[in-house]
Amino acid sequence: MYLYDELDRTLVGERVAEFRGQVARRLSGELTEDEFKPLRLMNGVYLQLHAYMLRISIPYGTLSSAQLRMLAHVARRYDRGYGHFTTRQNIQYHWIKLEELPDAMADLASVGMHGMQTSGNVVRNITTDQWASVAPDEIEDPRIWAEVIRQHVTLHPEFSFMPRKFKIAVGSSRHDRAALRIHDMALQMHRNGAGETGFEVMVGGGLGRTAFIAKTIKPFLHKRDVLSYVEAVLRTYNQFGRRDNIYKARIKILVHELGAEAFAKEVETEWQSIKDGPLALDEEVIADIASRFRYPAYARLDDSPPELAEARRSDRRFDAWVGNSVAKHKVPGYAIVTLSLKPEGGTPGDVTAEQMDVIADLADRYSFGEIRVGHEQNLALPHVAQRDLPAVWRALDAIGVAIPNVNLITDIIACPGLDYCSLANARSIPIAQEITRRFRNLDLARDLGRLHINISGCINACGHHHVGHIGILGVEKNGEEFYQITLGGKADEHATLGTLIGPAVPYAQVADVVEDIAAAYIELRERPDELFIDTVKRTGVEPFRERVYAAR
Amino acid sequence: MPLVKQGHIVEDVFVRVLDDAPIPDGVPVIVTAERFLADAAELAAREAPLGVLWPNNRKVAELEPWLGRLALVALIFPKFRDGRAYSQARLLRERYGFRGELRATGEVLRDQFLFLIRAGFDSLEVTKAADAEAFAAAVSTYSVFYQPSTDGRLAVRRRRLPPQTPAAGREAQETGQRHFEPR
Repeated sequence: MYLYDELDRTLVGERVAEFRGQVARRLSGELTEDEFKPLRLMNGVYLQLHAYMLRISIPYGTLSSAQLRMLAHVARRYDRGYGHFTTRQNIQYHWIKLEELPDAMADLASVGMHGMQTSGNVVRNITTDQWASVAPDEIEDPRIWAEVIRQHVTLHPEFSFMPRKFKIAVGSSRHDRAALRIHDMALQMHRNGAGETGFEVMVGGGLGRTAFIAKTIKPFLHKRDVLSYVEAVLRTYNQFGRRDNIYKARIKILVHELGAEAFAKEVETEWQSIKDGPLALDEEVIADIASRFRYPAYARLDDSPPELAEARRSDRRFDAWVGNSVAKHKVPGYAIVTLSLKPEGGTPGDVTAEQMDVIADLADRYSFGEIRVGHEQNLALPHVAQRDLPAVWRALDAIGVAIPNVNLITDIIACPGLDYCSLANARSIPIAQEITRRFRNLDLARDLGRLHINISGCINACGHHHVGHIGILGVEKNGEEFYQITLGGKADEHATLGTLIGPAVPYAQVADVVEDIAAAYIELRERPDELFIDTVKRTGVEPFRERVYAAR
Repeated sequence: MPLVKQGHIVEDVFVRVLDDAPIPDGVPVIVTAERFLADAAELAAREAPLGVLWPNNRKVAELEPWLGRLALVALIFPKFRDGRAYSQARLLRERYGFRGELRATGEVLRDQFLFLIRAGFDSLEVTKAADAEAFAAAVSTYSVFYQPSTDGRLAVRRRRLPPQTPAAGREAQETGQRHFEPR
């Protein structure tokens, strides 16, 4: 956990006071909706189809139990009893009333939470591996760097009105669990030949109307230079990014139009003038921020305790859950537990206030008071003793978040779509719900193996459809919802954009198409353990296209 | 359009001169970038204070040789959402050491005041009269800042260090003098 100090708390409190004044000016008519819009957006408040939506930042996806309880309270007191976790590791409430927003924000501020940097043309919530500090393949905790950058870009006087939003992710493991390469800017930690740790810098990734995988512009950046380099990239973008067309305003277009090399050169020139200035990070500044992260006092335990083996032997459901939802922890005797928020017929990422309260209690009892939010819209308890797994499973199972479908076909990433969002062309949630019904049989889902479905309700791609193994994009044709299907995308260290398989299909046929694709995969795979994504890579999309369109 | 300069609503002593209009003698004037660059040496040699209105899509590095003789640089926010001039302002103050009046023009609204001051502006042509009246309140909304800047307020990460550490001292020096005293 990162512990806020008095200075951090003061800033959040001042933010609430400022926003209370802005809401009062709006309600009194002193501000028009047009003038109020950018102000509310700077606090994560959107106007959606039915109501205001409040997006709360969860920096690098780390939550304390007290924060999760407060999120439950806000869901109950100001919303309809639930919240929605997003692909930016944030939470959204979809039914907030304008006049109650300042109170909701004041409640959140009491646990250090806020909506700053969750909307507007600013640096958004900085994301990272949800397994930060517990993954066995990690070099160092990436959250320290996410926090260093988060502080620097919060209410930044130069970068609060950039051409467009700016998303940064930080990774520190060999395996990329943070979808680094689809970010405006990504920092991947490496160890160089001299044994020092530093960052590879990538820029210009992004999905939406024009999708790009990020390109490396700096193979190795020393830690002391992280802030000055981020500043140089942002300054270059702020000055030269396009502002004539909202669809061409992201940094990916600038990088593409200039070319990555020319862009890197601009940044380098800028960076040379500022790298030894006040943004250079001295050891003591880094150490000060690192010292605000608190790590659990783990017990000395052995891996694979006998009571775990016994419980797995005696209960098949528990055994299946351990096999699916429990991952290796870097500390012996502990485990990382993923909580699936993808029940049959549910909305991906939704959690009720009651579930949040139970999860917060479980975190206190079994996970050193800590919860993580992943970009796949699931939660995790990051520090569970392996001997406690049976008890944790029973408690999670009782509230419906122990479904052993993590990374399977029903573990769907979906945006809110036309059920909530004013930008959407088509619904996302009911498509996800129908797919979870079709594949409710866990043996079937397990047989299909690792398979990521991503659904977006419009070209803005909040559901990351380009990088789904199966990507589903809602479009509108003559007032009706149609869906384009792509195959072969992925968001990991080998990030690839999916390939369109053919004409869009109507709403009612999407789940059938997914079933056809699944059936084709089972026929096409060379071995039962050839993953879907590997089969698509080997065969190309052609055999899938034939299967899907033969009967249509 | 009220002018707020160093925290106070003041009369604007500068006259804006259109591209083809004659430049009045002995009066502080603001000319466009084109006119200034066409005749920079002669204009800079005038007795009365000279200002230049600089577009937000032109590098301020071009102004560098003349900054010592310019009394004012006016930067432009065509829309408050178009934030290019924030970068120009910081470059003028922090890289090129401009010490004259740095003026924000265009759509300049209350909720941008604090960002503007922290980016190095010390005078604002404020779009709405009521906003100008609220200047003092608008720039004292916050007492905590995460970034170093030329307004003299120390960034949080330095405030957390004991004052005798070399890093804290170095930043205070490098961000230069205070251009604006918040009231």
